[in-house]
Amino acid sequence: MSRFIPNRKEHREKMLREIGVETFEELLEPVPEKFRLTEKLHLPKPLSELELTREFEKLAGRNTGTELACFMGAGAYDHFIPAAVDHILLRSEFYTAYTPYQAEVSQGTLQAIFEYQTMIARLTGMEMANACMYDGASAAAEACLMAMRATKKQRILVAGSLNPRWLDVIRTYLKRDEFQINEIPFLEDGTLDLEITGKLIEGGTAAVLMPYPNYFGLIEDLQPFAELVHEHKGLLIVAADPISLPLLRSPGNAGADIVVGEGQSMGIAMSYGGPYAGFMAARKKLARKMPGRIIGRTTDRAGQIGYVLTLQTREQHIKRDKATSNICSNQALMALANVVYLSLTGEKGFREISSQCYHKSHYLEKKLLEIPGVSRVFEKTPFFREFVISFPVPSIGLRDRMIEQGILAGLPIVELGEGAMLVTVTEKRTRDEIDRYVKVAAEICRGGSE
Amino acid sequence: MKTIFQMSSPGRIGTSLPEMDVPAESNIPEELSREGDGSVGLPEASEGQIMRHYVNLSTMNHHVDKGMYPLGSCTMKYNPKQYEDLARIKGLSGIHPLCPDELAAGSLELMYRLGEFFCEITGFEGVSLQPAAGAQGEFCGIMLIKSYHESRGESHRNEILMPDSAHGTNPATSRLADCVVVGVESNEYGLVDPEDLRRKVGPNTAAFMLTNPNTLGLFESHIEELTSIVHEAGGLNYMDGANMNAMLGIAKPGEMGFDVCHLNLHKTFATPHGGGGPGSGPVPCTRELARFLPDPVVILDEEGNYSLMKKQDSFGKLMAFHGNTGVLYKAYAYIRTLGAEGLREVSENALINANYLKAKLGKYFDNPFDNGPCMHEFVLSGDRQAEQGVKTLDIAKRLLDYGFHAPTVYFPQIVHEAMMIEPTETESLEDLDAFAEAMISIAGEAAEKPYLVTDAPVNTPVLRLDEVKAVKELCLVEPVEEGDNL
Repeated sequence: MSRFIPNRKEHREKMLREIGVETFEELLEPVPEKFRLTEKLHLPKPLSELELTREFEKLAGRNTGTELACFMGAGAYDHFIPAAVDHILLRSEFYTAYTPYQAEVSQGTLQAIFEYQTMIARLTGMEMANACMYDGASAAAEACLMAMRATKKQRILVAGSLNPRWLDVIRTYLKRDEFQINEIPFLEDGTLDLEITGKLIEGGTAAVLMPYPNYFGLIEDLQPFAELVHEHKGLLIVAADPISLPLLRSPGNAGADIVVGEGQSMGIAMSYGGPYAGFMAARKKLARKMPGRIIGRTTDRAGQIGYVLTLQTREQHIKRDKATSNICSNQALMALANVVYLSLTGEKGFREISSQCYHKSHYLEKKLLEIPGVSRVFEKTPFFREFVISFPVPSIGLRDRMIEQGILAGLPIVELGEGAMLVTVTEKRTRDEIDRYVKVAAEICRGGSE
Repeated sequence: MKTIFQMSSPGRIGTSLPEMDVPAESNIPEELSREGDGSVGLPEASEGQIMRHYVNLSTMNHHVDKGMYPLGSCTMKYNPKQYEDLARIKGLSGIHPLCPDELAAGSLELMYRLGEFFCEITGFEGVSLQPAAGAQGEFCGIMLIKSYHESRGESHRNEILMPDSAHGTNPATSRLADCVVVGVESNEYGLVDPEDLRRKVGPNTAAFMLTNPNTLGLFESHIEELTSIVHEAGGLNYMDGANMNAMLGIAKPGEMGFDVCHLNLHKTFATPHGGGGPGSGPVPCTRELARFLPDPVVILDEEGNYSLMKKQDSFGKLMAFHGNTGVLYKAYAYIRTLGAEGLREVSENALINANYLKAKLGKYFDNPFDNGPCMHEFVLSGDRQAEQGVKTLDIAKRLLDYGFHAPTVYFPQIVHEAMMIEPTETESLEDLDAFAEAMISIAGEAAEKPYLVTDAPVNTPVLRLDEVKAVKELCLVEPVEEGDNL
């Protein structure tokens, strides 16, 4: 008997009498007999609460990757999460609530997400944001669809320097004969070329999608691209890393029309890939083209301020096949993690985190460059938190040997050379860990070149 | 309530960071630096102020741990507390998604076994755990079906048939997948009309999408006939698994002629809904469709090692990584807690609870499709009350005053003034009785003092909100006030 079910045999019997049947089986009358299971499901035997904890501890123990100093990024990042974030997420009032359809008893969720929308809009330099998407990649894909709806054009130019996993998701969402996705090749310095983009954009482009910083951590000026795409009556979509935004010129200021990104860095555990939260911000005139839920401020019958789901006529439960997206459940609790995290770190703390990521990654880069044979790929282009380093030994072998020394050194990117590795440094990494990284890598490189 | 921005005062902070221990030597080039004085407009408040703000906000929410949440098709059951702790064990929550497979062996093993459980429960042979929610699961399923037709040289098949009672996500998903929606009519019993289905299938049929039990809470009794009609026309059958809470250990979609389905872990498998998400929408399917599954899937090799793999014919990727893994952890815990008998007990009690409420409320509200037992939910009509000047929306709002969440209202659209009620198995007889009493009392008010219902709610943190004004005046972010540090 499960601890989650309150009704016991005597309750059930009483209820069956009220229903007017004698046995439970009678309730299955609409299910054709041939489909009614006669055998029990083949599942392992039930575990008590204590046994289940032991089972989970055993499984968790096999994830030995969590014991390493993490220098891996590429779309998921090991940032510090203040304790208060989880204390809010663990409030039953938030995590056991449903989507706020009944606004009068959902003001907690609604106001918190309204505050989230505000913070995302301010960070990205945009006028509005929605209540979040599944993850950064699907937000980027939905932004492409949105741009095509808004411009009535069917081609998207995507920077070749975008996270390749995101590009795969975009390709899946845009798999349609009439849609065209063209990649803009990146130059030797890792940035995009305005002239090449100018040629590709001719003949009806809905949007140009640029990462900021890009997959290799590189930062480039968005404004010339914004001007180019606007000359051609298209939109600029920017895929921004939120941690970089306190330091970088905001995409909105540089001319972006839609800004998407992955919110995992802001108070969400890496948790082997999810749940995260994709954010989406835009200029206000695009609000009606947006996918997903949007919270708006209004008043109640007594004139008090309150919040509701708004512009719902864009959504699937009303517009059905004419909706702006099929999204229903989003990742609301993860957006709540973002808003609590941004409140706690606040104006100064968030900037400090951004700045520490910047300086610590530059410190590691500088130290690595002192190792003979090591160079930085795209060495002339400024970077943020993440960079591609080229080792004089194969990066996959180096990664494996560094794992033995307790360091998750980064993500090998062999497409950029046998020794290439994408390395990330967050504010969590200490100088000692960084120095050790350099020492171990130097030893391996020396051994490799002997 | 004040917003967090209105509580801000320069210099306050809610967290502490270690001092930077490396030299700051270079800086971001000026032309790439944040505009103006570099401030963003984030609030500045102490940890205690922030906690008080969000805790105060939280108290304005209705939630499962406070009271019954009889939202039809949403399966708002109790969310076990232990699983929140388990998913937060550092070994599981702290693992980087691109970590080499052997360093994430625990997560991979859990995911692999969970996939096997889902196949056993649904009667299928392949599974993707990647979809983030039910709607993305639907998209995954339709993409599998499209890939299948393409592989047979039938890429022209682009029509998706679905009954008029389908969830809104079904047509929206079909559109996203570049297909055309073809409606199929329901008959007088609220079931799909096989004759109409027969008329609508043809050489362009890609798939038939059906929720079973359907959105009226009725089991599609002639399911075998329906799925055969579609198969004979060369189409495939997709089951929207939103209502799977009715069928655990009772029947398997894979045995009824369905080729693929999705599960909503945030409904059937007790993972919390989080105020709108995260959900998780795994997609079990037949062996034939499995070769098109999204990238990656978890595999087990002969040496007993688990790894991530991209299927050669995969249609692509839905998420950057492997799905809402943290939600998968909780669903795994649920199935391990309950086992086969426990899961069947879930569905049995879900059915009994729903039928009990249906019996209790039948005298007071219209039930246009009451032709025998319902499954885990049922749909009432507020028509009788509408004649008294009380709309279903008013009844929904009045229920809030009584301390209950409202049912799903105005859906499915084939029922006038619809109220879709799903109590779930975790409600006690006493709570069901209390809910029934509230509904009956409101029916009485509608007849005698309708203003009590039309003025509702009055016992909630705010009164009825002006949705028209929200659209007209469109305030989507906190305006920047003079004196703000922006």
